[in-house]
Amino acid sequence: MTCKYELYEPAWCPGCGNYMIRTALKMALEELEIKPHEVVIVSGIGQAAKMPHYISVNGFNGLHGRAIPPAIGVKMANKELHVIVESGDGDTYGEGGNHFIHGIRRNIDIAHFVHNNQIYGLTKGQASPTTAMGQITTLQFDGVKVEPLNPLALALTMGAGFVARGFSGDIPHLVALMKEAIKYKGYALVDILQPCVVWNRVNTFSWYKNRVYHLPESYDYTNKEEAMKKALEFGDRIPIGVIYKEEKETYLDRFDFIKNGPPLVDVELNPLDAEKLLEEFR
Amino acid sequence: MDYTILVGGAAGQGLDTFANIMEKIIKRCGYHVFTYRDYMSRVRGGHNFVQIRFSDKEIYSFKDKLDLILALNKESYILHKERLKADGVIISHEELDEERHIKLPIDEIKKKIKNHKVLNTVGMGVILKYFGLPLNTGREVLESVIRKKYIEDNIIALTEGYNLIESKYELPVEKDEKIIINGNNALALGAIAAGCKLYCGYPMTPSTSLLTYISSKSNEMGIVVDQVEDEIAALNMALGASYAGVRAMTASSGGGFALMVEALSFAGILEVPIVIVNAQRVGPATGMATRTEQSDLRFVIHAGHGEFPRMVIALRDPEDAFYQTARAFNIADKYQIPVIILTDLYLADYSKTIKPFDYNRISIKRYIDREVKGKYKKYEITDSGISKRIIPGKIEGQIVIGDSHEHDEYGHITEDPDLRTEMVLKRMRKLEGLKEELEEPWLIGDKEPEYLIVCWGSTYGAVKEAVDRLNEEGISVGALVFGDIWPFPTKQLMNIGEKAKAIIDVEQNATAQLDSIIREETPFEADYKILKFNGRPFNGDEVYNRIKSIFNEK
Repeated sequence: MTCKYELYEPAWCPGCGNYMIRTALKMALEELEIKPHEVVIVSGIGQAAKMPHYISVNGFNGLHGRAIPPAIGVKMANKELHVIVESGDGDTYGEGGNHFIHGIRRNIDIAHFVHNNQIYGLTKGQASPTTAMGQITTLQFDGVKVEPLNPLALALTMGAGFVARGFSGDIPHLVALMKEAIKYKGYALVDILQPCVVWNRVNTFSWYKNRVYHLPESYDYTNKEEAMKKALEFGDRIPIGVIYKEEKETYLDRFDFIKNGPPLVDVELNPLDAEKLLEEFR
Repeated sequence: MDYTILVGGAAGQGLDTFANIMEKIIKRCGYHVFTYRDYMSRVRGGHNFVQIRFSDKEIYSFKDKLDLILALNKESYILHKERLKADGVIISHEELDEERHIKLPIDEIKKKIKNHKVLNTVGMGVILKYFGLPLNTGREVLESVIRKKYIEDNIIALTEGYNLIESKYELPVEKDEKIIINGNNALALGAIAAGCKLYCGYPMTPSTSLLTYISSKSNEMGIVVDQVEDEIAALNMALGASYAGVRAMTASSGGGFALMVEALSFAGILEVPIVIVNAQRVGPATGMATRTEQSDLRFVIHAGHGEFPRMVIALRDPEDAFYQTARAFNIADKYQIPVIILTDLYLADYSKTIKPFDYNRISIKRYIDREVKGKYKKYEITDSGISKRIIPGKIEGQIVIGDSHEHDEYGHITEDPDLRTEMVLKRMRKLEGLKEELEEPWLIGDKEPEYLIVCWGSTYGAVKEAVDRLNEEGISVGALVFGDIWPFPTKQLMNIGEKAKAIIDVEQNATAQLDSIIREETPFEADYKILKFNGRPFNGDEVYNRIKSIFNEK
C-alpha cells in the first residue's frame, strides 16, 4: 500500500483557498508516509468541513461546531489513528467555541487545521468570529459591531502546547507547519489564513499576501511572552509559522491503561471480566 | 413479616451513608430489603429521609406505614409521626412529647465516643437491637465498607447503641445470597459487562451517580470516563468513539438530553451505534432536580429533527436495568442505531435486594466485519437496511466515511432525489428487523384479566404489589409492564386487551403518554387513568388504593 492520496472533485468556488490547503494536506500526509486508512479527518459544517469528502482518508463529517468532541472520541478509542480536525473559523470559534476551549484543556493528540477566511462562506457572507470590527458584510449592513476573536491568543491563554499560523498562499511553508502539527504529541492548532474569493472583499489574497511574513529563524517559540506578542500581531504585519511550542503530557498519557495498554478498540470484551464488581453489593 | 424503618434528618447529616450500611446489614441477616430515598436539592439543611423496608418475602416497593423512626432532628419526627404505627417507636436524642419515644442519652454517648462523626452509627446499633438482629452482622458490614481508620470508632458506636435498649422482636437470621443495588448502579454494571469502554457525561441529577460509579471503576476496568464541557460534547464524543470501534455511552436527565438532541439526529443518519440514557426527573426545564417523573417518553421517541429509526427501552427495576442495558449495546451494534434507555430518579436511587446478576447470560455481539470485497460502502443499500460495519484503520486500503449530510453509499454528500429516497427507506427498513425482536411487556397478575393495567418503567414495583393484593382479594386484575416501548410492541396487548373489560393506565406524568401511544398503535385506549406528577413516586399502597377507588366509584 502506498501513501498516495486520491483527490475528489470538490464543490468549492474557483480560486478558493481551500484548494491550496488540501494540496498542502496531501503533501504533508504523503511526506510523513502515513497511509490513508491510518488517518481520520473529523470536521463540522462549512466549506472547510467538506474536506473529508475530497481526499481519500477516513472521514467523520459531523455537525456544525462539533468537530472537536468526536475527534477526541476517535483518538480515545484508537490512539494509533492520526486524527486531524479540519474546520472553518465559524465552525471552530463560533458554534464550537466551547469545545475549542475545553479541547485545548485536554491536550489530546490531534492536529487542528482551521481554515480561517474571516467570513461565513457556506451561508453566504455573514460575519464570522474573526471578521474585523466595522467590516460591511451581507448581514452586517452598517458594519460588524463586535470585536473579533483572536484564536491564537485565546489558545495561548488556555495553555495550548502548539500554536501556529499558516497561509494558504504559501504552500511549502504550510506543508511544513502541517507536518510539524501532525507529528506534535498533543493538541496542535494551526490557524490558516485563507481568502474567500466570493464573500470577503476585504481580506483578499493580496491583502494577506502583503501582510504575512515568516517568523525569523531566531524567533524563540518556547517563549510564551514573545508568543503572545506575535499572536496579537494582526494588522499591517501578520507573522506566520510556529508561534508557540512546548512539550506537554497528553491527555491519553494520563490514563495508565491507555498509555501502557493496547488501543481501547483492540481490547477483548468479556462480560465475565466484570463479574468481580458484584462483590461490593453483596 | 414486613417492617419499615424511616431515618430522617437534614442534608449533610449522613443519611445516605447510614442507609447504605443499614440496608446491607439487614440484607446480610437474610432479609429482602427495599430502600427508598427522598432528598431535597440542597447540600446542607432541608429535610431528607430514607425508608428501609424489609421482609422475609420479596418486596417491590415502599410502604406508607412505619415501624420505627430514627429522627436525627425534631423535624423528622414532626413530619412523619402520623405515619408511625401505634406499636411503633421513635428513636431520637431530641426532646419529644411522645409516648412512643425512646430518648437517646446523647450527652452520655458523646462522653463515651470521642469521634462525633460516628454518632449515626449508634442509631444502627439501636435498630439492630430493637429487631433482635445480631450485633456481629453489623460489625462485619462496618468492617467491610468503612475506611480502616474509622472502623474502630464505628464499632464502639454500634455497640453502644446496641446496649442502650431492650429488643422488641427476636427476628431469625437466614442465609443471605442476594445483592442489594440501586437502578443506576445496576445500569452501570450492565454497561460495563457489555464492554462499554468510553463514558462521557456532564453531571446532572439523577444521572450523576452513573458518571461517578463508572469513574470509580475507570482504571480497574479500563474505561475512559470524560467529564465533558456540556451534553452536546458528550454525545458527539461518544459517537466519535463508537465510529472508531469502541462501545460508548452517555447519560443525562431531560435537560441534558435536550442538548443532545441535535447529535441524536446525527446518530440517526451517521448510522453508528450508541446507547444514551435519559434518567428522567421532574420537568419542564429545571423542574425539581431531586424528584421523579415519567414525562420524557414522548420526548425521547420523537426527539431529533428528521426521521430515523431508534429504539427506546424503559427500565423497570434494578435487575431489568442490568440485563436491558447490556442488551441495548447489542441492539445498537446490530442495527447501527441510537438506543435510548429511559430510567428515572426513583429507580436510579432506590435499592432493592435481588439475585446476583448472571454474567453468563450476557453476550457481546459486535457485528463488525474484518474484511470487505471491493471498495467499502459504509452506507450500502441492503434489504435489512443494515450495511456492513468495518472499523477505521483496521483494514489496509479501506476507508470509512461517516456523514451528517444525506450521502451516497460511500458516505459522500449527495442531493440526488432518488438516492435520497433510497437512503431514507434503507434506514427506516431497520425498524422491520427491530420489530421482530422486540420484547413484549411483562404480564403480571391474572393472565386473562378483567381489568388490565398498563404501565411502563419504574412503576412496575408499585403496580406489582397492588396487583398481588387485588388478586388475593379475588379481583381479576393483571398488568402489562412495558420495557421495550419504541418501537411499540403490540402483540401481547392486542391479545389481552381484547378480552379485558377495562384498561387502567398508571403513569407518573400528567398527559398519559403511554395511553397516547396505545391509541396510536392499537385499537385500544385506557378507560381509567391513574396519573401522578407531584414529583413523588407511586408505591404499592397508593396504586392499590387508587384502583380500589375506581371500583368504588362504579
